[in-house]
Amino acid sequence: MLVALSSGALAGLLLFAVQHFTVVPLIESAEAYENAAHQTAGEAQDHEGWQPADGWQRTSFTALATVLSGIGFGALLFGSLAVAGRTVDARRGALWGLAAFACFGLAPALGLPPQPPGVAVADLYARQLWWAGTALATTIGLWLLASRGRSWPLRIGGVVCLSLPHLIGAPIATGHNAVPTQLIREFIVASLATTGMFWLLLGTIGGFISSRDEARRA
Amino acid sequence: MQASAAPHATRTRVWSIAGRLPAIAVLMFGLVVLYAVGFSNFERAHSAAHDARHANGFPCH
Repeated sequence: MLVALSSGALAGLLLFAVQHFTVVPLIESAEAYENAAHQTAGEAQDHEGWQPADGWQRTSFTALATVLSGIGFGALLFGSLAVAGRTVDARRGALWGLAAFACFGLAPALGLPPQPPGVAVADLYARQLWWAGTALATTIGLWLLASRGRSWPLRIGGVVCLSLPHLIGAPIATGHNAVPTQLIREFIVASLATTGMFWLLLGTIGGFISSRDEARRA
Repeated sequence: MQASAAPHATRTRVWSIAGRLPAIAVLMFGLVVLYAVGFSNFERAHSAAHDARHANGFPCH
């Protein structure tokens, strides 16, 4: 638990710091386009009800949410490794982090790339279901494929798990984009690059802490 | 000190559900936190985590 909390909080905090200067400015400019489109169409704003005020309040909520998601991903990664009885050091942890990035970052992004606000999207519930299903299927697929001593039927099952979500296909977006394509592209690259960095850090830091813990107990 | 008293006892790894309960609890904790931050449709949770959801590729509107 300590490994998950400390590595998740640290990697999450670093992710927040990097995204604050790379991804958040893109969200802000996308929102400017979104609001302009709403105004010309004479529509009310999308977001009603409570929202954090722009400035430090919004920034602190983003920081909190990013750190919490870091802790959540850390608990998922190091909890699974502990359930499987695997011990990790910094180097192995980095590799596990990259594998988790493939499951929770790259695979869902093939069908539902990270999007700034103001982009045409499909129904939220359908997208959440496809995203979570793809992450789960990719995790099972990689596990069946890459674990040592697998028989061929299991490996083929792994390939099926990896490809199934993409054969089913992600929910299709409806509506129109209020945001220029160039901005959307920059956002996807910035989001994937920073989350990739996060997973690498999470695995490395968590692996380092676990190996020191193990050494102290031995 | 403990290791020198019983050099092999602590090295044996036997897979049992009971022995893995703490790890399973950590895993479940992670799922609950991720659901709250990335998926909860509760409006305040969504508004508070809005930028983090977009930035980290969680589905958001």
